[in-house]
Amino acid sequence: MEHDNATPHVFPEARKPGELFYSLIFLGTAVALLSMISWQTSVLPGKGFSAQPRTWPLISLVGMTFFALANLVATSRATRTAGRWREVWVWISSLEYVGWYLLYVAGIPVVGYLAATLAFCLFMTWRAGYRSGIAFGAATAFALFVVLLFKSLFNVKIPGGAVYELLPDTLRYIMIRYF
Amino acid sequence: MDILLSGLEIIARWDVIAALLIGSIGGVMVGAMPGVGAAVAIAIMLPATFSLEPIVGLTALLGVYGSSMFGGAIPAILINTPGTPVNALTTYDGYPMTKRGEARRALSLAYSASFFGGIFSILCLILLAPVLARIAPMFGAREVFLAALLGIVLVVVTHRGQVLAAGMLVCYGIFLKTVGLEGAGYTQRYTFGQTWLASGVDLIVVVLGLFALSQAFILLSGKDQKYELPPMTKTGFFSSMAEIFRFKRVATVASSFGVICGMIPGVGEFMSQFMSYGYAQKTSKTPELFGKGNPEGIIASEAANNSVPAAAMIPLLALGIPGEELTAMMLAVFYVHNVIPGPQLFQNQMDFVVALYIALFILNVLVVFFLLLATNSLMKVMLIPNRFLGMMILTFSLIGVYSLRNSLKDCAVAAAFGVFGFILKRLEWPTSPIILGMVLGGLMEAKLRTAMARVDTPWDFINRPIAFVLFSMIVIAIVLHVMSVVRDRKKVAGNA
Repeated sequence: MEHDNATPHVFPEARKPGELFYSLIFLGTAVALLSMISWQTSVLPGKGFSAQPRTWPLISLVGMTFFALANLVATSRATRTAGRWREVWVWISSLEYVGWYLLYVAGIPVVGYLAATLAFCLFMTWRAGYRSGIAFGAATAFALFVVLLFKSLFNVKIPGGAVYELLPDTLRYIMIRYF
Repeated sequence: MDILLSGLEIIARWDVIAALLIGSIGGVMVGAMPGVGAAVAIAIMLPATFSLEPIVGLTALLGVYGSSMFGGAIPAILINTPGTPVNALTTYDGYPMTKRGEARRALSLAYSASFFGGIFSILCLILLAPVLARIAPMFGAREVFLAALLGIVLVVVTHRGQVLAAGMLVCYGIFLKTVGLEGAGYTQRYTFGQTWLASGVDLIVVVLGLFALSQAFILLSGKDQKYELPPMTKTGFFSSMAEIFRFKRVATVASSFGVICGMIPGVGEFMSQFMSYGYAQKTSKTPELFGKGNPEGIIASEAANNSVPAAAMIPLLALGIPGEELTAMMLAVFYVHNVIPGPQLFQNQMDFVVALYIALFILNVLVVFFLLLATNSLMKVMLIPNRFLGMMILTFSLIGVYSLRNSLKDCAVAAAFGVFGFILKRLEWPTSPIILGMVLGGLMEAKLRTAMARVDTPWDFINRPIAFVLFSMIVIAIVLHVMSVVRDRKKVAGNA
């Protein structure tokens, strides 16, 4: 059956792989947060509904729960597309990049912005599957461009690396200030 | 005239011109890279602009916002892949023209239509400015609350096919904004005893996670696309651009749709281009050629898109209400610099508003000249492999998140939102309702609290003309949507 795209619709005809699973997670989160409302928010005596600290969390969580429930019902009625667990694995796989990203962040106060950025760009280029000299050259040039633009030129607030303390005074100042 | 001169004085500085130049050229380049887009670029640039003066930071962001759609037309026309999501309709007629060997003509039409749309909307703004200056002070707390609520309602109902997902995500955005220490009673909300949550969830961190990091994850986990650039002559752009005068009516109507849709919070580019494209097709002498390389299709799509950015500044500047995620990000810059958009801005800093309009005008001129001179070179940015782009976005994103407070926690939160955004994009759920929920939710809470202090009965809330009009618009939007859903369901049941 084809859907007429000229008119808006609420109920999808087919669901993406993993959509039902994620709708369920979203609903569960909304219900869990709503159940904590008396623990995580307060009611102030003598104040009206609009001035209560609890009002907006309550409105938003009731809205979240309502729409999540309706979405779950609509999704469950839609035609299934196979590949739920494969899709969930794709979601989980993205955590790998989170790991490298956080390692990059954690490395900056230790080895400094320049070294951390160079290492990150070169490693990610390798991890993305590029093996040519051009790719590594481009990654090196890009890393230098980012450091020179943001740290050296714009003086964006990024701390110097702990290893800079090992350098002679003049060089240490330059490295902390510009790299 | 004095205000115009004051506005000129504000932007006649080397740093503002440099910001405009960097923003506009950067925006075109970002737009021309499929898979990046203005939202990613603005999210990355946002924290860097905090250290700049408001006019400098805003012109840089405006440059990206206003010019990315110019650039987005290039891959849409040449390789059938829209550079930004709102250039999708340009592929319908642009790519068939490229296949016919008319790539240069299609690009010229897209540039001229974009320029026409941009200038048209700026002229509308200039004409509307005195009216806005008179109307804006009539917006009290309840009117701003209702306008924000209208924005929320429109954000939900305009997500065709995803209304329920948009509804839950906008509510999630409102919830996120409530986390932390609230201002009225100084009580904690959903902090779970964690001190780092007391200051709330930072909008910038969420924006960077949802837009930049998630896009980096999408690109890194996907495969590289191989594009083949079509041959194109280097000259003749000017003469082809003049062809727009043959399609004045379509360009004017499309730009008008863009201005109207841009002014209404929550509507924006998608609605305006669909309306314009539909209009152009219905009124064309050759409707059967739409989708097969009709110049009117390109003009309708591009003029409508590019007339939105300037118009979207109206609710932002006059009421402090962003219409979509990009203006929501810009609102953050205003607040960081203690420039509070709203009626007072129009009353007290009209020269600042005029300066922004002039900046938009200059931006359009700069972009067209840049495109005319550099299109052939610019085409090469489309050849940057996707996964390499993903690495670049990830590296740039760090600047945005880490430079806020040098906090690993901020980066971890942004990464968590990156994964969340990654899942949403994989499921094709919208991400912008979260940002609008965060911005408009906070505004609604503050304004409702103020408004209710002067309200005794529910009727009092809408007993002023503008409040009543806004309330009626909310009711009409909901009723029309419910009616269309019922009609749609009946049609589906009838077809079964």
